[in-house]
Amino acid sequence: MTLLALNPLVSPDPGLFIWSTVAFLILFFLLSKFAWKPIVKALDERERSIEDALSKAEMAKAEMAKLISENEDLLKEARLERDNILKEAKEIKDQIINDAKDQAKTEGTKLIEKAKDEITNQKLAAMAEIKNQVSSLSLAIAEKVLRKQLEDQDKQQALVNDLLKEVKLN
Amino acid sequence: MDLSHIFNSKKFFSIAICAVLFSILSFSSFSQEQVSSDTTHASVADAHDAKPEKDEDISKIILHHIADSHEWHFFGHVALPLPVILWTDKGLVSFLSNKFGHNDKGTELLDANGTQLVYYHGKYYYPESVKSADGTYIAHNNKGEIMNMKPLDISITKNVVSLLISVTILLVVFIGIANTYKKREGKAPKGLQSILEPIIIFVRDDIAKPQLGHKYRGFMPYLLTVFFFVWLNNLMGLIPFFPGGANLTGNIAVTMMLALCTFILTTVNGNKNYWGHVFTPHVPWWLYPLMIPVEIIGLFTKPIALMIRLFANITAGHILILSLISLIFILKSVLVAGIAVPFVLFISVIELVVGFIQAFIFTILSALFIGMAIEEKHAEH
Repeated sequence: MTLLALNPLVSPDPGLFIWSTVAFLILFFLLSKFAWKPIVKALDERERSIEDALSKAEMAKAEMAKLISENEDLLKEARLERDNILKEAKEIKDQIINDAKDQAKTEGTKLIEKAKDEITNQKLAAMAEIKNQVSSLSLAIAEKVLRKQLEDQDKQQALVNDLLKEVKLN
Repeated sequence: MDLSHIFNSKKFFSIAICAVLFSILSFSSFSQEQVSSDTTHASVADAHDAKPEKDEDISKIILHHIADSHEWHFFGHVALPLPVILWTDKGLVSFLSNKFGHNDKGTELLDANGTQLVYYHGKYYYPESVKSADGTYIAHNNKGEIMNMKPLDISITKNVVSLLISVTILLVVFIGIANTYKKREGKAPKGLQSILEPIIIFVRDDIAKPQLGHKYRGFMPYLLTVFFFVWLNNLMGLIPFFPGGANLTGNIAVTMMLALCTFILTTVNGNKNYWGHVFTPHVPWWLYPLMIPVEIIGLFTKPIALMIRLFANITAGHILILSLISLIFILKSVLVAGIAVPFVLFISVIELVVGFIQAFIFTILSALFIGMAIEEKHAEH
């Protein structure tokens, strides 16, 4: 009995079949035209735009990273350059100082040399003066002495004698 | 020994309550068995007094509830009469279902515009010329089957009304959100749109794309329509009162229609590779006499399985809920409600999940069958 009572359940009712077919087909056509088409399209478009935005953001990020690394490189280079310039400047400074020192030394030496020469020259000149003075003085003295000595005969004789003796001895 | 902690525990109390409840139940059902079927019974079924028929009455009531009907019953004697449309051998006949009262025992002849009809167990038949022994105009053969001829019944039944309501809801909701999509182009979803969008994307990414590959776009409208149609009607079937309560997706005519749509789509879209698979299967030639019939049967078993799966799952859920409720009447004690109602609640929650899962399964299998039909050669093994 129960099985028989179940029977109407599993035997499709033609009326409901017809109605559901009609209703479902209308639903299908209306929804596909007015709902699914725009919805699926809008979803696709939005997804595409989101993807685009994301890829663009990614690109911008990469660009930024590149810029930053470039900046860093530039900075590094600039620093290196600065260090180099400083080093060079120092070297130049040192060189200049050294050069100046050397020059001063040589100049000094030259001056000293010159001074020495001058001194020697002056000395020699002074010596020559002194010699001249001494000789003239000696001549004057000798003249005066001779004049005195030759005023007396005897003394002249004695002098000649002395001179003779000296010659003999030689 | 101090046992107070046992008596204080919640577990103990719940067990005790259950035990007391059960004892009362068994006692009351026992005591009521003495009393011959009274008001309770009468409300359960338009009844016979005899005891052994009680269970059968319950099953009849349950089957009556999940079957289609010519009126929408609200409560007590309040029901919405629905138009009856019959294609008789004398042309189209239509009248409101309450025109001839509520006698469905087949004992009265109805005269609808000159066409003689008889209303028996919710269906209209052409009457026999003479009353049979049980006072009806219905003739049964020895297997108990009804021998009367039937006019084609294209009435707006409860299921048809429910179908039209669900179709209207679907149209309003989805055309509405389609307009929102147009208005808010490229913006984030809002309101109803944001609730339904993940489900639409779910259908696209988890049902259509894996089964149909790059050709999924053309089948999206069908899959989405089927998914939301089945899901909404599953949910509406779970609502016990108007506008739900019609067991539409648990009706084999509806699931047959849906399965037929999938079958037609599969057959129409089947490519060379698909038909080649059917008529020249990749087996030694001497197996052809066996394999070709198997493959041809396979073409039909797929949609038939679709049809029966949805019908059986939804109907089973309804029967389960109704049976649990009927326990109150079978055991004739309102106290059973203490157990039956939580169980019904539990099963109803499961049915909510089942409603979604069955919609998903119907859609994914439809997609799978269509996918098999449009599969390209290289995917073959």
